Amino acid sequence: MAVDASEGVSRRERRFAAFSVLVAAVMIGVFAQGRGGSSATFVLNDARGGLFTLPNLVVAVVPAVLVMAAVVLAIAVLQFTRGFGARAVPVVGGVAGLFAVSLLIWAGAEQTVSLISLFRSTLFAAIPITLGALAGVLSERAGVINIAIEAQLLAGAFAAAVMSSILGGPWWGLVGGILAGVLISGMLSGLSIRYQADQIVTGVVLIVFATGVTSFFTTQVLARNNALNSPDRFGSYAVPFLSDVPIIGPVLFNQTLLGYVAVGAVVVLQFALFRTRWGLRLRSVGEHPKASDTVGIAVLGTRYKAVLLGGVLAGVGGAWFTLDSASQFSREMTSGRGFIALAAMLVGRYSPAGAFGAALLFGFSDALATILQRLPVPIPSQLLRAAPFVVTIAVVAGLIGRLRVPAAGGQPYLKQ
Amino acid sequence: MSEHEPEAPRDDGVERPPPGPLKSSVEQERAAAEIAAAAEREAETKTLDLGAGLSDRLIVAITGTSLRVTVLALVLAFAIGGVFLALSEEAVREALGYFTSRPSDTFVLAWEQIRASYAALVGGALGSPRALTETLVLAGPLILTGLAVAVPLRAGLLNIGGEGQVIAGGLVGGWVGFSVTGLPLVLHLPLALLCGMLAGAAVGWVPGVLKARTGAHEVISTIMLNNIFVAITFWVLTTTAFQVPGRADPISQSILPSARLPRYIEGLRGDIGILLALLIAAGIFWLMERSTRGFELNAVGSNASAARAAGMDPSNSTIFALTTAGALAGVAGCLIILGIDGRISPGFSSGIGFDGITVALLGRGGIGGSVAAGLLLGGLKAGGRSMQGATQTSLDLVVVIQALIIIFIAAPKLVQAIFRVKVTDDRTTQISKGWGA
Repeated sequence: MAVDASEGVSRRERRFAAFSVLVAAVMIGVFAQGRGGSSATFVLNDARGGLFTLPNLVVAVVPAVLVMAAVVLAIAVLQFTRGFGARAVPVVGGVAGLFAVSLLIWAGAEQTVSLISLFRSTLFAAIPITLGALAGVLSERAGVINIAIEAQLLAGAFAAAVMSSILGGPWWGLVGGILAGVLISGMLSGLSIRYQADQIVTGVVLIVFATGVTSFFTTQVLARNNALNSPDRFGSYAVPFLSDVPIIGPVLFNQTLLGYVAVGAVVVLQFALFRTRWGLRLRSVGEHPKASDTVGIAVLGTRYKAVLLGGVLAGVGGAWFTLDSASQFSREMTSGRGFIALAAMLVGRYSPAGAFGAALLFGFSDALATILQRLPVPIPSQLLRAAPFVVTIAVVAGLIGRLRVPAAGGQPYLKQ
Repeated sequence: MSEHEPEAPRDDGVERPPPGPLKSSVEQERAAAEIAAAAEREAETKTLDLGAGLSDRLIVAITGTSLRVTVLALVLAFAIGGVFLALSEEAVREALGYFTSRPSDTFVLAWEQIRASYAALVGGALGSPRALTETLVLAGPLILTGLAVAVPLRAGLLNIGGEGQVIAGGLVGGWVGFSVTGLPLVLHLPLALLCGMLAGAAVGWVPGVLKARTGAHEVISTIMLNNIFVAITFWVLTTTAFQVPGRADPISQSILPSARLPRYIEGLRGDIGILLALLIAAGIFWLMERSTRGFELNAVGSNASAARAAGMDPSNSTIFALTTAGALAGVAGCLIILGIDGRISPGFSSGIGFDGITVALLGRGGIGGSVAAGLLLGGLKAGGRSMQGATQTSLDLVVVIQALIIIFIAAPKLVQAIFRVKVTDDRTTQISKGWGA
């Protein structure tokens, strides 16, 4: 992606520039026309109050949108003439961010929008996506393609609901979710490592399997005994002092357990994968299993462990659905989050931190869509629900393209 | 194990001649030899017999070991499905509570439940003329979505987007079916089918182009499109263009009689959709086994770099395969809306795009195989519905059985280990390619 001054900029950057022009056109043509109100009000305080109270942010709609549109146009000119080279992708992200902000200002005209609840829902929606993506990172870094994240989440949600209902307590539910995630992982690893079945086909089939089994037992058993489907749930836990810090306090330090687990898992795995011997070995069996075998690393064992550990994480992510998000299990309640997690893993280029960033992006589009549904915006709410999926396609097609993937991904290893 | 390690072809940075016509006849011959050698290697490493025609494949399927695996997979799937069935029954779970004192209770009760459910299943698929027509009418869309997976599979692509393509076809075909008035059947029905087919093709074209131009993996983009089209269905069914005037429920107007698929027996749902599906399957057979286009698809699927060396353009094949798949699934959507349902309601596709994956894998990626598998699955669905009515066993059991069937078919080595039979199928079972492909 080197910038050649004489030849102009690359085709890719010209595509990005065209995207910026389109964004600016929508901002000027739609958002700058306003919706009858002159200013939008954004609340920066948590509803439960804190040590400090910040003044509300009042934004004049038309000037703010026009300023941002001008910035986007300036970026477009730079993209056409000079290019941003290695920073091209972050710049596109910035353009998309400005678009989202002006969308929010436009939608919030004459309304009051709580930014705190927007950020809280962003992080909240990102929890299962993050955990699912981490499961994908672990298993794919070790050379086993894991499409079955959706199955792990769904099975985890089901088992967490049932275990928490029967044994009474969210901790039992968490154990159930983990067991279910590991069970699906066990099937995936057994079929693909030991029996050398096609990994993508196996993953797809496990999703059908998990959907079928959970729906079957929901209809046959849970629907007839409601006591089996009324889980105790986790409450949120506010970290003393830290949760009182303005803005970041209520967003970061007043979550339920699973939120802290997700963020913690990202930090630990980012270190473990790239800074420890364990991580090096795990990555080596995904890149060149034969070489790893030669130096004495147990290829198949490492792969099993990686996939099963991924199952633990995805099981926790599944438990989020019934112990955190909803009050009971319902059929197909994961509704494609596992696939978004898969996309987050690819967008994050197989690194835990990158996957977390991508999960936040999807969480944000989810949260934004939810807020827009409540505002008097002339966009059908049914279509807003598709926002995370549209964002996924756009990101995968526009920004990632062909990936540098673990070299041995998808191939079973046969010891000679 | 031999020394030869089966390896999927992948981009490894080795320099290859650019695409385009080859200059000398020597080069052409070398390319032809390369393709032949690649095909030979592939024949050893793939379950799908890419070069073989239908007759060869049928012979292999009937006499070879793959049929044994298929039958054993069916047996295993129904056996495990039976376990789930028994566990879902209240009485059986109660009997399990005192299993150690009276184990026979558990087995008798479980057997009763399994026998009654499976009897209803078979009866509902084959037991009466009504059952048979139900099987056939449900098999039509299944055959088409099966082909919508099988065709791209030949080019090395996994189309999970059947669902979205079916929805697009059903929405557009259905809209033409109730909003265009005054046409006779011979014009209206083909017009609705054509529009539905084009809509499906457009939805299939998108992941094809994205893959060919930007490298976005088709598995991700097709799945996202599925979800997007589910949302679109919910939306359009709230618009006045689709809703019945004066009603607020999310159900479309009824398809006009001039766009309905004619039924062949008065009072039964059996319509000519199955004939249409078989005709299209014959056309696809010609396309894949006899035409140049189909040859290119197979060549690209078996060894993309060799195909490129011979002057073929793999990205062209990618777009063509996924667009064709979309068209097939679009017609499947039309068969549901213009035939079975008669109007559009949310969730009308009911997972039929995913069923297509079962059909294609059960049919081992072949055209004839997909037709046979579509009929089998149509029977399962028809039987499942009558089972749900007769014994209150949820239709979801059929989904479970379906998933189990593919699990075992995708892993013949597992079947081999369970039954301790020698499956002489030493070819590996790698069908799809990783994210980087």
